[in-house]
Amino acid sequence: MLEKALRGSPRYWGLLFVLAAAIGLGFGFYLYQLSYGLTVTGMSRDVSWGFYIAQFTYLVGVAASAVMLVLPYYFHHFKAFSKMIILGEFLAIAAVTMCLGFIVVDIGQPQRMLNVILFPTPNSVLFWDMLVLNGYLVLNLVIGWTSLQCYKKDVPPPSWIKPLVYLSIMWAFSIHTVTAFLYAGLPGRHYWLTAIMAARFLASAFCSGPSLLLLLIMFLRKLTKFEPGKEAIQALATIITYAMCVNVFFVLLEMFTAFYSNIPGETDPMVFLFSGLDGVNNLVPFMWTAVVLGLGSLALLIPVKIRYNQNVLPYALIMLVIGTWIDKGMALIVAGFTPNPFEKVTSYMPTIPELMITLMVYSIGALVLTVLWKIATSIRMEKEGV
Amino acid sequence: MDKTRRTILKLAGASALGLGTGSLGLLGKGIASAAPTPPTAANYNSPLHAKRWAMVIDTKKFDDALLQKCVKACHTIHNVPDIPTRQNIKWLFTGDYEETFPTEHNHFVAEKVEHRKFLMLCNHCTEPPCVRVCPTKATFKREDGLVMMDYHRCIGCRYCMAGCPYGARSFNFMDPRPYIKEQNPLFPTRTRGVVEKCTFCVERLAQGLMPACVEAADGAIFFGDLEDPGSEVRKALRENFAIRRKPDAGTQPGVYYII
Repeated sequence: MLEKALRGSPRYWGLLFVLAAAIGLGFGFYLYQLSYGLTVTGMSRDVSWGFYIAQFTYLVGVAASAVMLVLPYYFHHFKAFSKMIILGEFLAIAAVTMCLGFIVVDIGQPQRMLNVILFPTPNSVLFWDMLVLNGYLVLNLVIGWTSLQCYKKDVPPPSWIKPLVYLSIMWAFSIHTVTAFLYAGLPGRHYWLTAIMAARFLASAFCSGPSLLLLLIMFLRKLTKFEPGKEAIQALATIITYAMCVNVFFVLLEMFTAFYSNIPGETDPMVFLFSGLDGVNNLVPFMWTAVVLGLGSLALLIPVKIRYNQNVLPYALIMLVIGTWIDKGMALIVAGFTPNPFEKVTSYMPTIPELMITLMVYSIGALVLTVLWKIATSIRMEKEGV
Repeated sequence: MDKTRRTILKLAGASALGLGTGSLGLLGKGIASAAPTPPTAANYNSPLHAKRWAMVIDTKKFDDALLQKCVKACHTIHNVPDIPTRQNIKWLFTGDYEETFPTEHNHFVAEKVEHRKFLMLCNHCTEPPCVRVCPTKATFKREDGLVMMDYHRCIGCRYCMAGCPYGARSFNFMDPRPYIKEQNPLFPTRTRGVVEKCTFCVERLAQGLMPACVEAADGAIFFGDLEDPGSEVRKALRENFAIRRKPDAGTQPGVYYII
């Protein structure tokens, strides 16, 4: 099937070239980081995780969100998702690839990375996160590739694939739960120390991930003759709407606990995010943008007529993706380190090298996604004779 | 590459010389100027032991000069670089009352306490969150309560820094060596990309010596076995009211402060 990736339109090759160029550019900056250390980033003694770990967290959500297609399809026999399901699985592969990429660029001694396997440490959540992420990558590769191959050859999928699919459904929940546990079990990081962290992560993943998927699929429909089907789009849009409602609800729960209890440890990070603390307020405009975009997307998604209007839907999805990305990809990590253990506030903004290395990892993911989706759509086009 | 090779050759030379003459004086000025005598096997004949090492800091006895003396003693011996940015390295450092005890939200603190500075360092917790989260066991707790770092195993993920509620850990964002004013050849320098922190001077305890800050503090810091009722620390805790930083974090810190 790989041969499908080797034959494509000039536009396909053009895209691959642009992505490769972005990877090359970012890699230059990564070499710079490798020679000088993480000092080239905006991170500090106080804010010791930054943009990389935030992107990692966001993308674990994107990876987990494939389950929003797989679960209705396998557990509820919702056949309308049949055309999209492989795209969801391949998006998960690209997303996990980026997650691993962001971990690699974030650690200070990447050449010692395998120490996590050489000295397995079950009391560390990071050890488990490494296991579940790699496991999820393998599961999606095996399931996606095998089912696509069977589809191509017109044979029913082998019987062993179903248990794997069921396993992958549970597994999807586990990757984002374990990722939430990375943060939610640390004494002294008040913004993270909350029992609904995993639930919040899942809710935000199940709205933002499918939104990104749906946007990409609508883009794919513009570029090729691929048609996901109206019913599938509407069903996914409805899932997104519910998940976003739950996501906003969870954020409000956090707000209530913080501000009604009035415990400084709980309120400080939120005050920092939404109005600034000790004069540091660089995230404030982003947070209010996220609020406007998030609520705006709900205003467009909740009324059924607007939600099913495919001219408006992309805008709602874009708003939702940006809003949830600001929440998780910018605010979550920094707010966990604010205020620091001495009740002081240290500002953090990613530097240019940091952003370029981020661009590299995202481009690697986009490249993987482009190739995988090219294979999947070529095979579908061939079968449908379009 | 070239630099690394040179360093290795230098080290090889140093070991050879050390064996031959027992002196490191021929190694160029950076090292020669520090040139303390390397310990021999005899120095390790009577190490200090404890069931649980702990520290009691008598904060009343400290003024700025004594604080700086302690910090300098620690940072000089351990080759802690002085980096003038927010990516700096600190083993032993100072802060005011609110920075040190942020969970004691007190208005109108007694004036002498309000203006007092406090030493901060790794608490060598009984339940260290940094050890719990480390994915490679690069940081670990010894049976005598010391929380240690293996700089050769650390992958630099900085999970321990997120886990520590005391801000006791520092990450080498850059090569620290250019920022070390005078290198102590008897203690390893660290490399870029690993986390480090106070070790309660494990290398000195092994030679029967008290930690550097304790020695520099002229009796203002007590150090000893928390499980021995007759130890200096237990005596100090019996006779004085002492608090610990963030006891509500459940970590059981091993550093006490007499207020």
